[in-house]
Amino acid sequence: MTGATASLRKTLGGLPGVDQVGLEARAAGLGTRSIKTTAKAWAIDLAISMVDLTTLEGADTPGKVRALANKAMRPDPTDPSCPSAAAVCVYPDMVKIAKDTLGDSGLNVASVATAFPSGRAALDIKLADTRDAVEAGADEIDMVIDRGAFLTGNYELVFDEIVATKEACARPDGTHAHLKVIFETGELQTYDNVRKASWLAMMAGADFIKTSTGKVQPAATLPVTLVMLEAVRDFRAETGRQVGVKPAGGIKTSKDAIKYLVMVNEIVGEDWLDPDWFRFGASSLLNDLLLQRQKIATGHYSGPDYVTLD
Amino acid sequence: MTRLDVRKTHKLYIGGAFPRSESGRTFEAVDAKGGFLGNMALASRKDARDAVLAARKAFGGWSTRTPYNRGQVVYRLAEVMEGRRDQFIEQLRAAEGLNDKKATTYVDAAIDRVVWYAGWADKYVQVLGNGNPVSGPFFNLSTPEPTGVVATVAPSGPLLGLVSVIAPAIVTGNTVVVIASEKYPVPAVTLSECMATSDLPGGVVNILTGKPAEIAPWLASHMDVNALDLAGVDDPELAASLEVAAADNLKRVLRAPSAPVDWLAEPTLARLEGLVETKTVWHPIGV
Repeated sequence: MTGATASLRKTLGGLPGVDQVGLEARAAGLGTRSIKTTAKAWAIDLAISMVDLTTLEGADTPGKVRALANKAMRPDPTDPSCPSAAAVCVYPDMVKIAKDTLGDSGLNVASVATAFPSGRAALDIKLADTRDAVEAGADEIDMVIDRGAFLTGNYELVFDEIVATKEACARPDGTHAHLKVIFETGELQTYDNVRKASWLAMMAGADFIKTSTGKVQPAATLPVTLVMLEAVRDFRAETGRQVGVKPAGGIKTSKDAIKYLVMVNEIVGEDWLDPDWFRFGASSLLNDLLLQRQKIATGHYSGPDYVTLD
Repeated sequence: MTRLDVRKTHKLYIGGAFPRSESGRTFEAVDAKGGFLGNMALASRKDARDAVLAARKAFGGWSTRTPYNRGQVVYRLAEVMEGRRDQFIEQLRAAEGLNDKKATTYVDAAIDRVVWYAGWADKYVQVLGNGNPVSGPFFNLSTPEPTGVVATVAPSGPLLGLVSVIAPAIVTGNTVVVIASEKYPVPAVTLSECMATSDLPGGVVNILTGKPAEIAPWLASHMDVNALDLAGVDDPELAASLEVAAADNLKRVLRAPSAPVDWLAEPTLARLEGLVETKTVWHPIGV
C-alpha cells in the first residue's frame, strides 16, 4: 500500500457513521418550514437561476437541444423580469449545438461524460469522452464514478479516475472545465457510503458533487443531499476549499425545490445559496417554478398551456 | 354488550382518493331540524388546485375512450348507486326533512338520470354533429368534442341536482371538479364513494365540500379550467364576478339559472351541448 493510498483509506475510514434515523428526521423537519409571499417569490427566482436544464435522452435531437437552450435563456418569454437558468445539460455530441445557441448569454453548457450513466467503460474511453466534450466547448463536465469499484472497496481506483478526468477537463489556455462528480446515490446503498464518496470526490478535486444521473430510482432525496451538504461544509472548514452541491433527478415541484433551499440555508449557510455553488439537475421542475411564479404575479392559478412542452 | 358508535369521516374526493382538506378545516353538516349530521371537510383553494390537477391528468385517458365505453362506465355508476339506494333515501330524509315517498322519488330520479345520460354517450355526436352542405367539392363535417376540465358549482338539490350536472359533463369526455351543495353535503360524499367503487377512473370526477363563495373564484380564474358551470350559484353578484373571472382565458360558462330549476323535469340535451366544442373538418371529395 502506497503512502497516498494509506492516507486516503485513513481519512475515509475515520469518517463518523451517519445516524440514519436522526438524518431522516432532520431532513423531514427542515421540509416543514413554511415559505410564503415575498420569501417564496425570492426563493422561486433563486431556484430558477439554479436550474441545470437537462435533456439526456436517446431521442435528443439538435432541434430539441436548441429549444431547451432558448428556454434556459428566457424561461418565461412573457416576463422579462424572470431570471435565466444556470446551464443546459446535454450529452457530449450536443454540446456544440447548445453552445452555439447560448452564444454570449453567459449561460453554461454542462455535458455528461465518462460513459454516462453507467460508467462501465475503459478509462481511456471515459477520458476521450470527456476531452471531446471539453473541446466542443463544455463549461462543465458531469462525470459518473465507478460504483462497482466503490462498492467493492476499491476507493483508489475511483479516486484515480476522478483525478484523471479532472486532468482531461483542462483546456489549452490553462483553465479547466468545472468538474461535477455524480455518485448515483441510489446505487450506493447507505448514507455512510454517500459521506465517503463525497469526501473521496472532494479530495480528488471535484468542483461540484452531484447526487444522481436521473436514470436510477431513487434519485435525489432530501436526506442524501443533507449528507452531502454536511460533507462540503466540513470539507471547507478543514481545507478552506468550497465545493458545490447538485441534487439531480426526482425534484419536480417548486415545493420540493424550496425544501432544498431551506436545507442549504440551514446546513451550510448563505454562501451556498448561489447558482455557483448549488444547482438543481432537472427538466420538469422549471415548468412548475414558472407556473408558481405566474401564480404569484397574477394572483390566479396558471396551467400547462402557459409554459412550453419539452 | 353495547356497541361503540362507528362514526363516519366525511372527506373530499380528489383524483380517486379520499383526502381530508389540506387546510385541516371542517364544518358541520346539519339536518332539517338543525341537528348534527357530521363533520365535513372544508375544502380550501389548494384542494381546488389539486382537484384541477387531478382532473387535467385524467382528461387525456377519459376523453379518448370510446363513447360506448364511457356509456358503460357511467351506467355502472348507476348500478352502484342502486345498491346504495336505501342509504341515499335515508340521507335525503335527514338532510332535507323529506318524507319517505318524496325522498324515494328523488333518489330514483337521480339514478334514472345517470342511466339516461349514460345512454347518450354514444349517441349525442350523431345528434349534435352534422355533415354540412358547402358549395365546393368537400366533405364538411362538424363534430362535438369535450371542452376539457369543467368546474361546477352544484345546485343545492342534494342528489338529483348533483348528478344532473355531473353526468352530462362526463359522458362527453370532460373531467369535472364539483363544489357540492354547501347546505346538503352528505349525499355528495356518498355519491363519491359510489364513483370510487364503480369503473370511473380516478380524477374524472372530483368532489369538494365547502363554501362555493370561497373556492369558486379560484376555479373561475384558474387558467387550466376550460369551462365553468354555475348551476348552483344563487347569488347574482357572485355569479357576475365569477363570469368576469372566467373571461380571462375565455372559459365556456353555463350561466346561473335565473329562476329555480325543477330537476325532476324531463332533461334536454342542453347541458350536454353546453360543455362541448364543435370541430369542423373540411376534406376534399374524391381524394
